[in-house]
Amino acid sequence: MSTPTQETTGAVGTPADGAAGHGFARYLVVRFLLIFPTVLILVSLVFFLMRLTGDPISAAFGDRLTPDQLHAKLHQAGYDRPLLSQYLDYLRSLATGDFGRTVTDNQPVTHVLTTYGSATVELAFYALLVALAVGVPLGMVAASHRDRAPDAALRLFAILTYATPVFFVGLLLKLVFAIWLGWLPSSGRAGTAVQLFLQNQTSTTGVYLIDALRSGDATAVADVVRHAVLPGLALGLLVAGVLLRLVRTNLIGTLSADYVDAARSRGVAPLRLLTHHATRPALIPVVTVLGLQVAGLLGGAVLTETTFEWKGLGYELAHYLTTRDFPAVQGIVALFAVVVAVTNFLVDVVAALIDPRVRY
Amino acid sequence: MTLLLTRRPPLRPRIRTGAGVQRVMLLTGLVLTGLFLLTALLGPLLAPHGYAQLTDSQGLFGTQQHPSGGHPLGTTIAGYDVLSRTIWGARTALLIIVAALLLSVVPGTVLGLVSGYLGGRPDRLLVGLADALYAFPPLLLAIVMSIVISGGRSSLTGGLGAAACSVAVSFVPQYFRVVRAEVIRVKAEPFVDAARVIGTGPWRIMTRHVLRNSVRTLPLIFTINASESILTLAGLGFLGFGIEPNSAAEWGYDLNRAVADVTAGIWWTAVPPGLGIVLTVLGTTLLSESLTDLADPRLRKRGTTPLLPADGGADDE
Repeated sequence: MSTPTQETTGAVGTPADGAAGHGFARYLVVRFLLIFPTVLILVSLVFFLMRLTGDPISAAFGDRLTPDQLHAKLHQAGYDRPLLSQYLDYLRSLATGDFGRTVTDNQPVTHVLTTYGSATVELAFYALLVALAVGVPLGMVAASHRDRAPDAALRLFAILTYATPVFFVGLLLKLVFAIWLGWLPSSGRAGTAVQLFLQNQTSTTGVYLIDALRSGDATAVADVVRHAVLPGLALGLLVAGVLLRLVRTNLIGTLSADYVDAARSRGVAPLRLLTHHATRPALIPVVTVLGLQVAGLLGGAVLTETTFEWKGLGYELAHYLTTRDFPAVQGIVALFAVVVAVTNFLVDVVAALIDPRVRY
Repeated sequence: MTLLLTRRPPLRPRIRTGAGVQRVMLLTGLVLTGLFLLTALLGPLLAPHGYAQLTDSQGLFGTQQHPSGGHPLGTTIAGYDVLSRTIWGARTALLIIVAALLLSVVPGTVLGLVSGYLGGRPDRLLVGLADALYAFPPLLLAIVMSIVISGGRSSLTGGLGAAACSVAVSFVPQYFRVVRAEVIRVKAEPFVDAARVIGTGPWRIMTRHVLRNSVRTLPLIFTINASESILTLAGLGFLGFGIEPNSAAEWGYDLNRAVADVTAGIWWTAVPPGLGIVLTVLGTTLLSESLTDLADPRLRKRGTTPLLPADGGADDE
């Protein structure tokens, strides 16, 4: 705890930007290097936990192969070697970007990651969009009506978004909007025809919205958007509640700050006070909290994708888990670990850029 | 909540002061949690049927039956009584809360205490480890754990163990951090020095002097921990890695079976177990919210801090 204060006093003492910039560069490097142990711990944890149950081949085919066949397969894949050398090999191949091959359908795990990763990214994007569009304005409303009926109602709403599992929200949305009202499709990323059309485009990104927009086909775009509404809403509401509360708390803080009081005494209108004076500083922590939500978003994506048969990494993870395909599971979990560690790094960097006191 | 309030005029003025909202939240939380505990403990008396019961004196229940006199909430695709399984589910939820709390609080507190008190390199190592685990989605750890513990197809203890362990893995770091921070603050207090001067041993200082003054904020984490353990078990069940239906009733598993029903427009298999989760987590979360408010003077009550304008600055009603 003493280091940050030293850093700040140092920065205050030397007016030149050079000293502070040097401290930041050092922080950047140290914080970047911290990604590796984080990922290493998680990857190792998953590796050893999975191996506690046995080797991947017996897990996937144990009940279908004769002992001799099993043994041959085990030997061929190197699973009869000492665990430690398997572990080191696994780390070595991970470092070169080789995640191994899936056991059940024998394709490179990296292929699985790149094919389905785009779908998960797309879903996460919609969810963030929903979260920002719902969470920030409602948080502003709650803060400006502090402790009165709208605030109480919005607080309850925020708690409800946390208390309701994302798959239950998904099921309810599906029941009401897809089945009873019939307004929106109940599952999938696009209709069959549109899906084929999109996959046959010359260069695809895998993100259907981008592919549809690039093809310039209005019906395809509409179909993709219609399919995205319910899953995006289900996952987005999860994060929206967190944002709402954050914006509310921060706004209450800034609304009582001296400079806002000063503006109020100059006769600035209440609404303008809220939108122009208090909100902007209250939004800074939103950036970092959004980053920290990525871990929750990934966990939620697994459930949302399963609810809506959205064929992304989460859906595939659930699928490979049921077929007990350990290399695929390990690969997906390792990728999630990397994504979480890298976003946390970025969050810390952004936080350090905004607030010099966090550097050490 | 507001509707309920307007019917009772004496409370109305108080909702404006902020203390009212808090009281309502605390009361609602207590009532919901109380109802949950009662349902969990009295489940066998309340539930019309067993959680794995398929027949009664009139023969099989039948599958996907509409709600009726015999089955107020209908039956599932497997032919279980929905109402009974929802009630029995409370028991499973209570078990997971107890298991997860025990597995998280004890190691987290002990590690935080020792690490914070002794400091040095082991402390730094533990902090790094805690940060790494803290960042990881608990559900993914839960999945991995469930495979380790039970091969993914679970008995009651296997499913509970997997969910409890994985919740513990993400909550031990939280208890660790909170307790460690408090310990570091407390160990600099004069009374700790005084104890050391009169020759008290480190264990006795840690347990008698430091620990007792470092656990004030833990009840807050208990409630979050409880909610998180229910949600993790439900998520695990929903993905198909929970508890088998003939070992116990589990809300997440029931929702998993209800996915296909929803597509066919059958609502009664999905809504009751889902509401079970929502109301339980709502209860514990409301408790933790009001506890947070009570613990944080800035959020406690408007008007007590002179800096805040008495009628909430930017009000444009």
